Amino acid sequence: MKALCWHGKKDIRCDEVDDPRIEHPRDAIVRVTTCAICGSDLHLFDGFIPGMMRGDILGHEFMGEVVEVGAENKKLKVGDRVVVPFTIICGECEQCRRGNYSVCERTNRNKDMADKVFGHSTAGLFGYTHLTGGYAGGQAEYVRVPYADVGPVKIPDGMPDEQAIFLGDIFPTGWQAAVQCDIQPEDTVAVWGAGPVGQFTLRAAVLLGAKQVIAIDRVPERLSMAQAGGAIPVNFETESVIERLNELTRGKGPDKCIDAVGLEAHVGAKHLDSVYDRAKQALMAESDRPHVLREMIYVCRPAGVLSVPGVYGGLIDKFPIGALMQKGLTLRTGQTHVNRWAQDLLRRIVEDEIDPSFVITHTVTLEDGPEMYKTFRDKEDGCIKVVLKP
Amino acid sequence: MHQGRSKAVNEALACGLGFFSIGLGVAELIAPRLFVRAAHARVSENVIRLYGVREIITGVGILMAWNRGPWLWGRVAGDALDIASVRKPAAMAALAGVTALDIAAATAETREENRPPPRLFDYSDRSGFPRPAHEMRGAARAKKERASSPLSPEARISP
Repeated sequence: MKALCWHGKKDIRCDEVDDPRIEHPRDAIVRVTTCAICGSDLHLFDGFIPGMMRGDILGHEFMGEVVEVGAENKKLKVGDRVVVPFTIICGECEQCRRGNYSVCERTNRNKDMADKVFGHSTAGLFGYTHLTGGYAGGQAEYVRVPYADVGPVKIPDGMPDEQAIFLGDIFPTGWQAAVQCDIQPEDTVAVWGAGPVGQFTLRAAVLLGAKQVIAIDRVPERLSMAQAGGAIPVNFETESVIERLNELTRGKGPDKCIDAVGLEAHVGAKHLDSVYDRAKQALMAESDRPHVLREMIYVCRPAGVLSVPGVYGGLIDKFPIGALMQKGLTLRTGQTHVNRWAQDLLRRIVEDEIDPSFVITHTVTLEDGPEMYKTFRDKEDGCIKVVLKP
Repeated sequence: MHQGRSKAVNEALACGLGFFSIGLGVAELIAPRLFVRAAHARVSENVIRLYGVREIITGVGILMAWNRGPWLWGRVAGDALDIASVRKPAAMAALAGVTALDIAAATAETREENRPPPRLFDYSDRSGFPRPAHEMRGAARAKKERASSPLSPEARISP
């Protein structure tokens, strides 16, 4: 079968690889009908997250049709259409039973490695480094889904792939980012990054009733899409974010701040700390660029909440812990507990509360995938979200 | 090269020159004698200190200004002054190299500023909502209030 494979920094190829097969009775094999490139895939593409090996199959946003089912899998049958959450969950461990699916205690095959790096292991992830299990990803024609009697979400007949696929990651990620802010009707919510996760986050904030939602980015198309979703756009290349946010909140600062950017914050001379971070990154003295975290902590209203769906992978520097503590801010982070939200969000799609396909700007074949990584990374051609059709 | 990448390279070059300018300026302020001797300068130590102030101002301007072009061209003008102030051929050659980089950065910046804006894609109709966004505000709120606590793992939006 064909699959998009990682061959090194900025080197992704569409390779011919072996088909996956059932390895455990709870497994299923899914023929991928639609998959997507996620913003966090770009961190692998740019080489900022360690733990990839040459030939690893990428992709953690995918859906398709079940073509083979393990003997113990009573949930799925051949022909079912499923969205597969990017977090692999067992459904039985203590964390899964608590609903903390993204920190499932059993699905990371390289638990020892993760224990050493993070203190305790988190869940296995599809196509996202050997630190999270080294599972083959879904940017492929077929994929093996472990624990397939628990994780996959069945999709009703008639719902287009384009509406359903984002249930596996970015839609619940945006939703969780907003929910964990505990949004109140009088709140101003500022969202840094109007990429795909940011778009879902700000829409979730609107649906959850925030008085004012603000989107911060520099790409006009992204800001225009954010504005369509109900946000006030702020272009950080042409105006001061801190001044604008204070102006929009009568000097008080936003009540809730959401970092939908993560470790690759834009490097620009206007934000000298980002230049400092980039220099330290080049010297391998810092792995992540936390400009957005710093700015959020600085501008957030005291007693506010900071929510971080953006991916961070390692170590940061010059973290203003003093302001965080003195202002009594709450910091909430984490990979998404997709299965906590998926059924509810599926219902919202069915009931026409939201149509997630709004975010798709490019649809291409799997063979065009490597080129689209570059287009997406460089934000060219109006690219906001790429889906691939294997 | 893609326009986005080219812009990033130009920005990195300008940024590098900004920091270089500040570094050089500080060195000229602190140790002007070193520069006078090393380059066989035609000017006094006090003039070198003034050059240092100029370098620092230009460097900060490059790093902080929304429009970097004039500051980069300012560096080019400063380079001409520097070259005219030294006697030693090696110093002249080094300054010529820096001048070449400054001209490249200033030219690229001017080109970037004069470039017609890229074609904008209109996504203003992509709300994802069935009704205007302002009418969707709070649509999920009533259901959310039925959840016990939004910060608890047990929180569920759906009944």
